[in-house]
Order: sequence, then C-alpha cells, then structure tokens
Amino acid sequence: MQNKRYTRREFLRNASLTALGGLTIPLFSSCTKEEAEDFLQRHFREMTPEEKRQVIAKLEQRYLQKYGRKFQISTQEAVPDTFWAYGLELSRCIGCRRCVYACVKENNHSRHDPQLHWIRVLRLKRGNLINLENSEHYYDPDLVPEKGFIYLPVQCQQCQEPPCVKVCPVHATWQEPDGIVVVDYNWCIGCRYCIAACPYKGRVFNWAEPNIPKEEINPSVHYLGNRPRMKCAVEKCTFCIQRVRQGRYPACVEVCPTGTRKFGNLLDPNSEMRYIIDRKRVFRLKEDLGTEPKFYYFFEA
Amino acid sequence: MRAFCAAVTSLFLLFFFASSVMPVVEEYTPPPMTEGMFPCSNCHATMEVNRKKRVLKEEHTDIKLHHAETMRWCLDCHDAKNRDKLRLYNGDLIDFTESYRLCGECHGPQYKDWKAGIHGKRAGYFSGQGKRVYYLCAHCHDPHGPRFKPLKPEPPPIKPKDS
Repeated sequence: MQNKRYTRREFLRNASLTALGGLTIPLFSSCTKEEAEDFLQRHFREMTPEEKRQVIAKLEQRYLQKYGRKFQISTQEAVPDTFWAYGLELSRCIGCRRCVYACVKENNHSRHDPQLHWIRVLRLKRGNLINLENSEHYYDPDLVPEKGFIYLPVQCQQCQEPPCVKVCPVHATWQEPDGIVVVDYNWCIGCRYCIAACPYKGRVFNWAEPNIPKEEINPSVHYLGNRPRMKCAVEKCTFCIQRVRQGRYPACVEVCPTGTRKFGNLLDPNSEMRYIIDRKRVFRLKEDLGTEPKFYYFFEA
Repeated sequence: MRAFCAAVTSLFLLFFFASSVMPVVEEYTPPPMTEGMFPCSNCHATMEVNRKKRVLKEEHTDIKLHHAETMRWCLDCHDAKNRDKLRLYNGDLIDFTESYRLCGECHGPQYKDWKAGIHGKRAGYFSGQGKRVYYLCAHCHDPHGPRFKPLKPEPPPIKPKDS
C-alpha cells in the first residue's frame, strides 16, 4: 500500500516537473538571452550592490547602443535628514508652460506618440476658487497671463499616504526615505492601477515605445528617475531625484521665469519650504482625500 | 607647554566660535547691464548735472520710466556726484551689485521674502559644494519699468485622438 502511494506521488511530481519544463523551455527559447535576463531581474530594493552594478552596466551598454551617448546612471540613496517638499505660488504663475518642457527635456520624456508630460498647467476662471472640474489645460492664447484667469500647475504631489503605492499589485512603486515616490520601471507590469488610483493625474503611461531625439537626450540619470523608460511602464514626477539628491534644484524650479516654484527640505528649519509653511497661507490639493501631499500651494494676500 | 596648549585651545575655540557666528557669504549673479555702459562715469564724470525731468533724446533712449514716474526721476536712485553708485535715502552710496538694498527701501515685504529665497528665484545648488545662483531684483524686474511683460506660452499638449 505504502509503496504504491509513494510511486503515485512520485509520478505526479515528475509529470508536473516535465509539464513545467515543457512550458518554460519554449518560453525562453523564443526570447533572446537579454530578454530572459530582464525577465529574471530582481526588484530594485532586493538587489545586492553587485547585482545593481551589473544591471547598471547592462543598461549603460544598451543606452549607448540606442542613443549613442555614454550615460551616467546613478543609484544614489536618499540623503540622511532630508524630506523634500515643494511650494508653488499661485499669485505669480502666468501659465507659460516653461516648466512642462524643461521637465520633458530633463527627464527624457517621449516627445510624440506618445507625448508624455509630468506637469499639467490648469487654467481656472479667476474668482471661482479651485474648481478643478471647470479647468482647461489645452489653452493656447498668444500671450499669457490672460485677464480673468489663474493658472494652477499640477504634477505628482508626492503624497505621504500615496494611493498609487497602496494599489500596486507587485510593489513596483514605493516611497523613499526622503519622501519621494518612485517607480522601478523594470518591475512595473503596466496594469495602470496606480493611474486609476491617483486623484491628481500625476502618472502617465508609455502606450508605445518612447520617442526621444538622440541629440536631446539627457545622459545624467538616476535609475529610479529620468532614465529612458520602455513601452508599458508607468512614470511620474520624482522631484528630479537625480538633481535633488545632489543638492540641486529641480529643473522646473530653475526654469520658471517668475520664480513661482519653490523647493526645500522640511527637516531643515532654515529651508525655503519651512519659511513658506510658517508664514504664508498654504493649502494642498484635495486635502479631504487624506493623501497628505507634500506639495504646498500658496498665495499672497 | 601649558601656555602653548592654552593658546592653541583658545585659538581653536575662537575659530570655532567665529565660524559658527559668521554669516554664510552669499554671492549674487552680477547685475544685468547693457554692454559697454558701465562704468557710467566714463561719460558722466565730465558732464553737467541736469536734474530736469525730460525725454532722453541723445543717450539712454530705451529708458521709459514707468516706476512711480510722477514722483521720481533719475537722480533719486542714481547718485549725482558718483554715477557708478546708487544712492539710498539716508545718503549712503552702494554698488550696483547691492541694488536690492535700494529696492528694499520701498518694497519691504518683498525684500524680506527675497532674502529668504521666497520672492524671486534661486537656481543651481541649494546644498553641498555646488554653485548657488541667486538672482537680483533687477534680473526679473527692469528697475525703470518693473512690471512683467506678457509672454508667449509654450504649445499645449496634443489632444488624444477621438477615434
């Protein structure tokens, strides 16, 4: 009796192993070694330093082939005692969209088909409070600012309780110790749950292979930030993680012609953000949702 | 030996104290000037001072004063005797690189915010060894006509296709 059961179990095990093998071999034989390696690549947070080095070397090689430029891919970790926040003065924004295109350039966005922007500048009727349902972001006058309108740029609000992170079924997106919500583009499966969950439309999706002109590529990148993405990956604003971790202002802050955009460390009592929160009238978008954004809008009386 | 130790310690303490008290030296981007204009004394040193309000016809024809022009003229801000300097209300002369002190005499709240990096713009690095770039009032506001000029906006995003 015992002997018989043993053989049956053994038979089942062998059969299932054979079946699995039979399924896997054609799967891997149909793709190149590179694709198989990509498929088996581990989650960024579980990689050992050695594995990270290998992945970076592989990516640098691939980008060199594709864009003809030597890339510097950083995996720099969060700087201790930093917790980033953003400030935007509504009374000064003129809606010129310089920030949108500075971001496109800095962060290697796909320029067309698909055209991806991380910043969306909303135009609102002056005096209507912040009524996002009546906003327009395709406005195209000859000159800005227009009379009777205010402009409200919206990008990832770097929530402290990010709904996008909660819904991700594979943990491909998470919050870093310095408060920045990042995506491991290689781990992302493209289900777009996070896009549905985000109340700020802060995330965009690569519906096709991105188009970046070779001569406009920015080769100074971060693994979790502005490295060129691939089809089927979700991407979002990272406060220019490649810049701020080196103590440099984000690209949108630098380009703004009216000085509307402010950036700082919430843990530093002398930072610009602490000054704003202490002394200005600040609000955050859709505060009632409990997402606790670290993106403060403020205005002068 | 003891005296030497004490001297070294006190020197070290002095240095430590001084470095913690001394304010961080802030460098501002040089003021925007029309090329070939500065120093002003190249021409003005030999010219007669004319305090009269008038349309400038020979030189500085690009300057149209739109900055409380009913109560102000050139020599309220530029010093009559030393044209390479600006003049504060109390008579102190300052360099063009310090023009924010003159602006701050009327625009107090903006001056306070600007010193904290809120009004106006900063670029470059905010920490670490990198270069700080701090802009002066005059980089964004023309002192002779400080109001912002309207700009042409960048193109709107492409609308998704209806099909």
